[in-house]
Amino acid sequence: MSQLENKISAKCDGINYDKIDRMETFNQFVKKKNTFLFGITITFLTFYILLPILAFTPVLQQKAVGSITWVWVYSLALFIMTIILCTLYVKMAANFDKAAAAVLQEYEKAGA
Amino acid sequence: MNLVSAGFFIGIVGLTLIVTYIASKRTSSASDFYTAGGGLKGWQNGFAIAGDYLSAAAFLGVSGAIALTGFDGFFFSVGYVVANLVLLYIIAEPMRNLGRYTLADMLTARFNEKRIRGVAATGTIIIVILYMIAQLVGAGALIKLLFGIEYWMAVLIVGVMMTTYVLFGGMTATSWVQIIKAGLLLFGTTLLAFLVFSKFDFNLVKMFDTVSTNYGDEYLVPGMKYTSTIDSVSMMLALVLGTSGLPHILMRFFTVKDAKTARASISWTTWITAIFFSLTIFLGFGAMHFVGFDKIIAENAAGNTAAPLLAEFLGGNILLSFICAVAFATILAVVSGLVLTGASAISHDIYGEILKDGKLTEKQQVLAARIGSISIAIVSIILALFAQSLNVSFLVSFAFCIGASANLPVILYTIYWKKFNSNGAVAAMVTGLVSCLVLGALGPNIWSPTGNAIFVGEPIVNLAVPAIITIPLSFFAGYLGSILTAHKVEQAEAERVYKEIRVKAHTGISVQDVSH
Repeated sequence: MSQLENKISAKCDGINYDKIDRMETFNQFVKKKNTFLFGITITFLTFYILLPILAFTPVLQQKAVGSITWVWVYSLALFIMTIILCTLYVKMAANFDKAAAAVLQEYEKAGA
Repeated sequence: MNLVSAGFFIGIVGLTLIVTYIASKRTSSASDFYTAGGGLKGWQNGFAIAGDYLSAAAFLGVSGAIALTGFDGFFFSVGYVVANLVLLYIIAEPMRNLGRYTLADMLTARFNEKRIRGVAATGTIIIVILYMIAQLVGAGALIKLLFGIEYWMAVLIVGVMMTTYVLFGGMTATSWVQIIKAGLLLFGTTLLAFLVFSKFDFNLVKMFDTVSTNYGDEYLVPGMKYTSTIDSVSMMLALVLGTSGLPHILMRFFTVKDAKTARASISWTTWITAIFFSLTIFLGFGAMHFVGFDKIIAENAAGNTAAPLLAEFLGGNILLSFICAVAFATILAVVSGLVLTGASAISHDIYGEILKDGKLTEKQQVLAARIGSISIAIVSIILALFAQSLNVSFLVSFAFCIGASANLPVILYTIYWKKFNSNGAVAAMVTGLVSCLVLGALGPNIWSPTGNAIFVGEPIVNLAVPAIITIPLSFFAGYLGSILTAHKVEQAEAERVYKEIRVKAHTGISVQDVSH
């Protein structure tokens, strides 16, 4: 992809951004990408901000295992969530890269 | 001080100076100076970002806070870790695709106006200075503790060293100092945590049971420091969103060649910070149990020396010296990154682009960058000399609050909102900045009825960190500013630029060409 990018960048002044912006494939790709990004972002922010809210309620103040209370378990779950979503992102981003490359290829073929 | 500690310090200082010397030979252009030529690898930048994250406030402050207040201290750890996701999901890649040296470069890729650059640069300078004073005051206190030298001399030593790294080695040296320091810190923390855990027979439940039996259950739930939900929600919002608005973190995305490497960087950072902050539990509880509340408090009321004291208990003078040397490296690395970021706002944005219209030769740019570094260093050193008695932890949380309120909304709108315009951008940034400063000035860190703040009196706004008010305010101002002035904007041109931004942000096309 970067090779293609460089090729296009080399004759950069000639990029017709309007044309790419109007391409069906480009808009589908951006829509899919944004839905994924913001969907996940809202999800993890929700789980995150529930911690300081629930932490002061009896729900998370009970003991879970031994003296370990649920706030620690919840916090640990947020750590694990971070690692899982990080891995998920890296995986999804590789697909997005392919989609972006395909869009640029289509643009190249159509002739700038 | 003795031979062992002197050895560790000289070793670390020597190593970083060698790195600076090598880097200085490779620093000839403005791009080398500000962004290491954009040539860092993913893991390198990942370690360097982790280096920025794991400031003395994080390492010394968080473990101290857990030792003294139990779970309340761990709130910070959670915030720092989850903040990676915000960076990864919505900031890192578009930032890399649109920007060049600074946050202002990225914003002016869409709105090429001097006032936008001016406001963004001002915000950057304010955040950098607040953050730097906090680090320098902490450094002064730590070095004073270790060597018994005067505070002013300690600040001067750190000040001179950080300026040396930046001046001669630019971003290459600064990045490598960060990488070395992050590696050392991770090693030191793992060692300490391992030793603590071994004393509890590697049994997590036993460790928590010990805390519960000996010190009381209140350490295992929140409430010792944060008593209200709204206060802690506000602080947590500042942490998770502020990271993505901190200029020295954002600047790190310009040191890699493309969005893919930017993403790899954050992936590395996520793992490093997740491991590091998990270990803060062991450091905090270890210090609580083995060093003890009274001894921690006697050394430093805020608990900032809890981790070094724990090291002394676990490994005697050698481990103490090592941990102190690592803490010293941490401070040096973080302040160097801050100097560089402040310098970029002064010399690239304000001098180069606003005053000189970007008409500087490569040589002049590098010279301006060096002069900018010296100026920002001198200003921070002088302020730090006067700030000795200031409570520094609130300065750090304030920097996060400003980052979240003045920078994050405008970044998001710039990338993702079609109808955003330059008036909205100025409105969002100014509102975020001013509301933080005003609400902060009316808040409990400045006013306290018992006299443990700067003035005696009832705080008008009872929020330590006003993020819960200022972030929505800034988003709203950006929205309102754009909508209300929509008729004044050349719509066709604005739409054309937005299309360009959209294509660039999502495809990474012509990264080298963007911005001005």
